[in-house]
Amino acid sequence: MKILDPKVPDVSIEKKWSTFKSSCKLVSPANKERLDIIVVGTGLAGASAAATLGELGYNVKIFCYQDSPRRAHSIAAQGGINAAKNYRNDGDSVYRLFLDTLKGGDYRSREANVYRLAEVSNAIIDQCVAQGIPFARDYAGYLDTRSFGGAQLARTFYARGQTGQQLLLGAYGALNRQIKEGKVKLYNRHDVLNIVIVNGRARGVIARDLVTGEIKRFSAHAVVLATGGYGNVYYLSTNAKGSNGSLIWRAYKKGAYFGNPCFVQIHPTCIPLHGDFQSKLTLMSESLRNDGRVWVPKNLEDAKKLQKGEIKANDIPEENRDYFLERRYPSYGNLVPRDIASRAVKERCDAGYGVNSTGLAVFLDFADSIKKLGKETIEKRYGNLFQMYEKITGDNPYETPMMIYPAIHYTMGGLWVDYLLMTTVPGLFAIGECNFSDHGANRLGASALMQGLADGYFILPYTIGHYLADMIKEKPLPTDIQEFDLAEKEVKEEIERLFSTSKTETVDYYHRKLGKIMWDYVGMSRTAEGLKKAIELIKELRSEFWKNVYVPEQPYTLNQELEKALRVADFMEMGELIAFDALHREESCGGHFREEYQTEEGECLRNDEKFAYVAAWEYQGLDKEPILNKDILEFKEVKLVQRSYK
Amino acid sequence: MDFTLKIWRQNGPKDKGRFETYEIENITPETSFLEMLDILNQKLIKEGKSPVAFDHDCREGICGMCGLYINGRPHGPDDDITTCQLFMRKFKDGDTIVVEPWRAKAFPIIKDLIVDRSAFDKILQEGGYISVCTGEAPEANSILIPPEVAEEAMDAASCIGCGACVAACKNASAMLFVAAKVSHLALLPQGKIEAAKRVKAMIAKMDELGFGSCTNTRACEIECPKNISISHIARLNREFLKANF
Ligand SMILES: Cc1cc2nc3c(=O)[nH]c(=O)nc-3n(C[C@H](O)[C@H](O)[C@H](O)COP(=O)(O)OP(=O)(O)OC[C@H]3O[C@@H](n4cnc5c(N)ncnc54)[C@H](O)[C@@H]3O)c2cc1C
Ligand code: SF4
Ligand code: FES
Repeated sequence: MKILDPKVPDVSIEKKWSTFKSSCKLVSPANKERLDIIVVGTGLAGASAAATLGELGYNVKIFCYQDSPRRAHSIAAQGGINAAKNYRNDGDSVYRLFLDTLKGGDYRSREANVYRLAEVSNAIIDQCVAQGIPFARDYAGYLDTRSFGGAQLARTFYARGQTGQQLLLGAYGALNRQIKEGKVKLYNRHDVLNIVIVNGRARGVIARDLVTGEIKRFSAHAVVLATGGYGNVYYLSTNAKGSNGSLIWRAYKKGAYFGNPCFVQIHPTCIPLHGDFQSKLTLMSESLRNDGRVWVPKNLEDAKKLQKGEIKANDIPEENRDYFLERRYPSYGNLVPRDIASRAVKERCDAGYGVNSTGLAVFLDFADSIKKLGKETIEKRYGNLFQMYEKITGDNPYETPMMIYPAIHYTMGGLWVDYLLMTTVPGLFAIGECNFSDHGANRLGASALMQGLADGYFILPYTIGHYLADMIKEKPLPTDIQEFDLAEKEVKEEIERLFSTSKTETVDYYHRKLGKIMWDYVGMSRTAEGLKKAIELIKELRSEFWKNVYVPEQPYTLNQELEKALRVADFMEMGELIAFDALHREESCGGHFREEYQTEEGECLRNDEKFAYVAAWEYQGLDKEPILNKDILEFKEVKLVQRSYK
Repeated sequence: MDFTLKIWRQNGPKDKGRFETYEIENITPETSFLEMLDILNQKLIKEGKSPVAFDHDCREGICGMCGLYINGRPHGPDDDITTCQLFMRKFKDGDTIVVEPWRAKAFPIIKDLIVDRSAFDKILQEGGYISVCTGEAPEANSILIPPEVAEEAMDAASCIGCGACVAACKNASAMLFVAAKVSHLALLPQGKIEAAKRVKAMIAKMDELGFGSCTNTRACEIECPKNISISHIARLNREFLKANF
């Protein structure tokens, strides 16, 4: 076991980032032109980073698997983005945003990083407004804000229910400008499948051209991963179908440490499951909890009738409704953080109070708000979400309450990075959702967009320069060297292995099975026994996958099943590490709930003495246990207390 | 529910392509159109046949990646939705469903139902942005924008770049798509400065890439999943005139 040094400047918290910025190494404009950077991912993190690095003068190559950078999964973010502007004079400040985010994460994130995130948050809003992002405004033309879970003030900026779309289109615009200038070269419809390490440094990638199937080599002076989260290990999630953990996993296998893999966020307000063939779950934004009230019937008999379809929500009188979030958490009410809301929903449904045919749903009701504010206001705030809900379910949420249930949504875990956002492999950086990041054991709403853009616009451009200053003498690397041969060979061998099986069951069959194991044993509530079982089941399933998976057609042509198979192959290994990490963490914190460790009221029971660290796992080979390294979390600004939203 | 599917199959850009007919059974009404295709593909794979290639990603109507021409309508027989938001309850048991890719010269077919829409990216690269570098921005509330202006800009900015407008248009014009971006930025004070240059460059690129011209048939507006109004085309025309005189 190693104790990791996150390289945080040793000055007071509010001086750390400015100290770094004023003392880090710089690269001259002439030298920047000689340096190449690979960015994988065109989401908020990747697009903003690539655009900014291009503006600074570096040569950037950027990759995405979709047909256009604008389709990265950030596009789907609905609710909003946090910043400490304090425009409402409601008591916000950088310090308070920092505290809320730290507390929301159940004290499992690094103070210095979270503070920096809050510190640059305001510049993000300025930048986005200058790019022409049509944020919501009040009557006088000033920017409007709303509240999100885990906060008692309104610091969330939004563009209807399409904030991620608008922010991404802004970053995509900045990226397009650099593409036009020739500073960024775009490789769309490319799957990056391996990282090339030369003399201990990340110097390139191997990618598969998804149109031709050709395997290609790319070299650079540094590699930035911005590939998003790995929630699709669970098969059903709110992520896009192509969202994957492959590069996190490849980086891990090449020596980058994997931080807190078991910290996975389950979002309380998603449209419930409707059938076996279902391919994804749809999120209903957290912003809805501003005006929607969550309830189930007070009486079991009413719940039974709802489940059988004998009565409807509106048949249940006010006095027989249990607004359980308001009841259990009077000071935050419907706006408690996600992990807490999700568990409370599960608790009610497990007790038999679920309101749909499967018993796995609760109501999210807008009747009171419509009465108070009028239908028009509600429509203005959430029109597109209501429409989306109606298209999927066939129910009209203006008339009957929505039904919601928790679903896998976000991964707080990811590649371990130091204060410079660099992994343990020199020259390999990780930004956005794919790093273990600033959200500890639970992310607060509207803070992933903030983090992605903070990393890409305002942090990485400084920290990567500090690294590249020592690389200016390195010439562009030819790709016909041994290290590239080897990395390419690894990829081709895996592809060919996928075609030399008994061809029995499809990729989806295995992915669903994996997802079921993960959801049942490594989901909202976990036990040592269940986790051990999951590890065994995953191992079995993995060996079955490699024996029997059916990948049709040819390897080196357009082949969408092969794309899936490569991703699922990585999930099959990653799932095991998630369970292993969850087993080792003998405490409950944030989204990680171990049944053995709870308070009398069923809340998380942290163990700060033993587990106030980031678990940074080091790969040792597939059949060996990984080594646990620790990034010890020191809290100088806050006193650790049990989170309370009561 | 049971359906007969007539699906366009084309092995690559040079292949001539043809319709193939498939029967599919026991589909529940809550199944989405793309899930129905997933089920078909599972079946085809198990029969040793090649699955149907189609684009998709978010499956919630926002990424703009999906797009099929279904029974003669881009995104199929429901209003204000993308293909991934189409559900089988919109069809009748026993229906025959014809599925084709977008057809437009500027969107060459890659395989089966997948087309190459990079022409859209190329148009936006010509100026579909405000030229501000990271770090240059003034305080966000230093330039006020009336809410109705912000709302109208937001309407235009909702375009997801799916290409249904092009597929719906008999001239395969990209006018609605281009107008959405031109209008979004021209409405905002920050975007006005480059408005003239932007509109000229984007229109020139659109013409160069082989999109047809707009003859005001309004087919685009009807099929646009995000309700982008042709009033934005009128604004584009005004901006274009201003830019040239
Ligand atoms: C439905 C939904 C709603 C959300 N709402 C909010 C919200 O309101 N507020 C908030 O703060 N957060 C929200 N989030 C979370 C937030 O959207 C994400 O965490 C964030 O956008 C991730 O951005 P990213 O840049 O890290 O990655 P992504 O946007 O996921 O981008 C990943 C990129 O990597 C590329 N990529 C991945 N793997 C490969 C590979 N192997 N080869 C090549 N390219 C690859 C992809 O093509 C893509 O371009 C939401 C998330 C979801 C799912
Ligand atoms: S204008 Fe409408 S139809 Fe055309 S690309 Fe945009 S969203 Fe799609
Ligand atoms: S798959 Fe994203 S819009 Fe349909």
